[in-house]
Amino acid sequence: MSVIETHTATGETHIPDPLEIPRLACGAMADLKSFPAYEKHNTDLGFPGELIDNWKEVAIAKIGELAKKNRAFQVYLDTCVKCGACTDKCHYFLGTADPKNMPVARQDLLRSVYRRYYTFAGKYFPWLVGARDLTEEVLEEWYTYYHQCSQCRRCSVFCPYGIDTAEISMAAREILDTVGKGQKYCNEIIAKAQNIGNNLGLPEKALRSTLEDLEEDIEDETGVSVRIPLDEKGADILLITPSADFFAEPHIDGLLGYAKVFHEAGVSWTISSYASEAANFGLFIGSYENMRTLSLRIRKAAIDLGVKRIVFGECGHAWRVGYSFLNTLAGPFDFLDQNYPIPQHIMEFTHDMLEKGQLKIDKSKNDEFNVTFHDSCNVARGSRMGDKPGGQFELPRAVLRAVCNNYHDMDRDTTHESTFCCGGGGGLLTDELMDLRIKGSSPRMNALRQVTEDHGVTHMAAICAICKSQFTKVMPKFGYEIDSILSVHQLVSNAVILTGQDTGEDDAEVATDPAAVAAE
Amino acid sequence: MSTLYAVLFYFATFMLVFGTGAKILRYGRTPAPLKIPTTPAPTTQSGVFWRLVREVGVFESLFKSNKWIWLFGYLFHAGLALVLLRHFRYFIIDTWWWVNIVQPFGIYAGFAMVIGLVGLLVRRIVVQRIRYISDPSDYLMLLLIIGIGATGLNMKFLTPTDIIAVKGFMLGLMRFRIGELPADPMLLIHLALVAILMIIFPISKLLHGPGVLFSPGRNQVDNPREKRHLAPWAAELEK
Repeated sequence: MSVIETHTATGETHIPDPLEIPRLACGAMADLKSFPAYEKHNTDLGFPGELIDNWKEVAIAKIGELAKKNRAFQVYLDTCVKCGACTDKCHYFLGTADPKNMPVARQDLLRSVYRRYYTFAGKYFPWLVGARDLTEEVLEEWYTYYHQCSQCRRCSVFCPYGIDTAEISMAAREILDTVGKGQKYCNEIIAKAQNIGNNLGLPEKALRSTLEDLEEDIEDETGVSVRIPLDEKGADILLITPSADFFAEPHIDGLLGYAKVFHEAGVSWTISSYASEAANFGLFIGSYENMRTLSLRIRKAAIDLGVKRIVFGECGHAWRVGYSFLNTLAGPFDFLDQNYPIPQHIMEFTHDMLEKGQLKIDKSKNDEFNVTFHDSCNVARGSRMGDKPGGQFELPRAVLRAVCNNYHDMDRDTTHESTFCCGGGGGLLTDELMDLRIKGSSPRMNALRQVTEDHGVTHMAAICAICKSQFTKVMPKFGYEIDSILSVHQLVSNAVILTGQDTGEDDAEVATDPAAVAAE
Repeated sequence: MSTLYAVLFYFATFMLVFGTGAKILRYGRTPAPLKIPTTPAPTTQSGVFWRLVREVGVFESLFKSNKWIWLFGYLFHAGLALVLLRHFRYFIIDTWWWVNIVQPFGIYAGFAMVIGLVGLLVRRIVVQRIRYISDPSDYLMLLLIIGIGATGLNMKFLTPTDIIAVKGFMLGLMRFRIGELPADPMLLIHLALVAILMIIFPISKLLHGPGVLFSPGRNQVDNPREKRHLAPWAAELEK
C-alpha cells in the first residue's frame, strides 16, 4: 500500500512525522459511507425503521431539544470562535486530508444548521455566519462525516474552550437515529447486547463452553487449575469485560491474565451471562436511554448474583461508561462494598496486587517482546484509574514495567492525553470503513514506527478491545505482524508464576503472599 | 448626534448586560446529563477553579495546541484587558488608584492588541485550514475590533479628541443626562464600532468569553465514582 512506505532518494525508509499536516484534499472521503441500518436494527432500539416523511421538522426540533437537555451541546455550538487550534488534531484529518474531518469543520456541519434555525444571526443573516438550511444533502453529509469520527476527544484536549467534537458527533447520530437514519454496525450490535447480553449475540451455553475450554488451556500450560466462573451466585467480584475477550486474539490472552490475577488474589469472582458485555455502544450513538438500558443489565446482574464488587476488563469506551457514567446511569450502588471503587478497573486491581508484592513475576517470560503502550482514547481522555488525575496513564505503564524488561514509550505528543486513536473507535470498527480505518491509524502507526526504529520496539500493548481488533487488521498494512498487538494482561499472564506452578526453574523471585497462600 | 449616540449606548448596554445575562442564565440552567470533563481533570472543586483560572488567565489549552494562535490571541486579549481597565477613567469622576497605575501600560497595550488582531487576521487568510473554516463574520469581527483599536490609537497619538468632553458625556449618560459629545469623526467611528461590538456580543461567537466557564469539558470535577451525578430529566427516567 502506498500509505505505508515513503522512500528518500537514498533508498532509505523514511518514517513520516506522525503529526505532519497534509494539504487539504476537499471531498477526499465524501463517498465513504458506513452501511445504513436495516429497518429492524432501528426499530429494535425504538427508532423509526426508515427515514420518516417529516424528517426535516423532526430533526430541527431534536436539535432544539438537545440544546435544552445537554449543556455541552448548547455551549459547544455557541462558543467556537473558529480559531483553528483543533484543525490539525484529528487523526482522520491527518490521515485523509479531507477538510471536513477537521474537528471544527465536522462540528460546523451541524453548527451551520443550528445557527440557521436557532440563532438571530443565522435566521436573518445566514450568509454572514455560514448558516444553511437543512436539506437532504446536508443530512447525507451528516451521515457520512459523523460516521468518520471516532469520538476520541483528542480535539477537546486542545480546544481553548474544551469543545468536544465527540459530543457533537454523538448528538448528530442521535438526530439521525431519531429520523430513521441509523447506522447498521452500532444499532445491530446494541440490539444484540440488549436482547442476548453481549455484542456477539453469544448465548449462555456457548459462553460456558468457551470459558471451560479456556480453563483447560490454563491448566495445560501451567499445571494449575484456575477457574473462569460463570453465573456463580455469591461470588465477591462480578467481572464485566468486552465479549471480544471470549473469542478474539489477543483479547482472550488478556482474559487469561485477569483469571490468573484473581486466582492469585484468592478472591471469588464470576462473569455474568446476562451482562456478558462491557462495551456499551449506546455511547457511540449518543443515546442516554440506550446507554442506560445496557448499564442497568450490569446492575441487575450484580444484584442477582449477590456480588460485593464490580471489576471491568480491558475495554476503552466501556471504561469511560463504567468509570464516568455507570453511577449516573445505573446507580446508586449502595448494595456493593463501599471499601472498593465502584466500579474498579482490572488494571487498578492488578496494580494493587503488584504493589503489595502479591504476584510472583518472572519478567524474562516476556523477553521476546520489546513493548510500547498505546493509550486508548476513552481511557486517556474520558476516565481515570487510581486516586490521582493521570492514573490512567501511570497504572498501565507501571504494570507493564513490572512484567516486561523491554519497554519504551512513543513520542509524548502521541501518548497520554495527546494519544492518537487507533482509527477504529466510536462505532467505526466495520469493514466497509476499512479505507478510513487504515488512513486514520497512520499517525499512531508512524509514532510506533519511530520507536521501532529508535528502540527496536516489536509489540504494542493496549487496554481496549476495539484498539486490539483494529490493530490486528491494520498493523500488517504498516509492515508489522498480525500478532504485534498485545493485551496488557496477556503480558501479565505470561509473566505471572501461579502458586504451585511448576516452572522448571527456581530463580524467579518469590513474593511472600499470605493471601495467595490462603487461597490454596 | 449626541442624542443618537446616547440612545445607541443605552441600547448597546442593555444588549450587553441583559442579552449576555440571559445567555449565561440559559447555560447555567441547562443540565449536563453526564460527567464529561476532559481528563486528566481535577478531582476537587478547587482544582477545577484553578483549571478555569489557567484557561482564562493564560489560555492553557491553546498554548498546548498552537503557539502562534496562542501568541496572537494572548497579545490581543491581554492588550484588550489593559485597555479596558485604562478606559475606566472615562466613567468615574475620581479615578481609583489602580486605574491610574494602569494608564501608561494601557497605551502600549493598545498596540499589542492591534498587533495580535492583525496576526490573527493574517493567519485566517494565509493558513489554508483556517481559511477553510472561516465565515464572513469571522473576518468582520476581527476588522471591527481592529477598527476600534486603530481609531483609539489614532485619537491618542495623532488627532486627540476633547477627552474631557467625552468623559462628561459618559458620566452624564450614567446619570441619565444627555450631554454634548464632541463631533470628532474619529471619536464617533470609535464609539459606533464599540456599540456594535456590545450589541452583537450576546448573539455571536463573542459568547466564548462566558462560554468557557460553562464548558463541561473544563468545569466538571472528576469524581463520578464518589459522587452520583444526575440531571433532573434523567432522574425522571428512574421513576
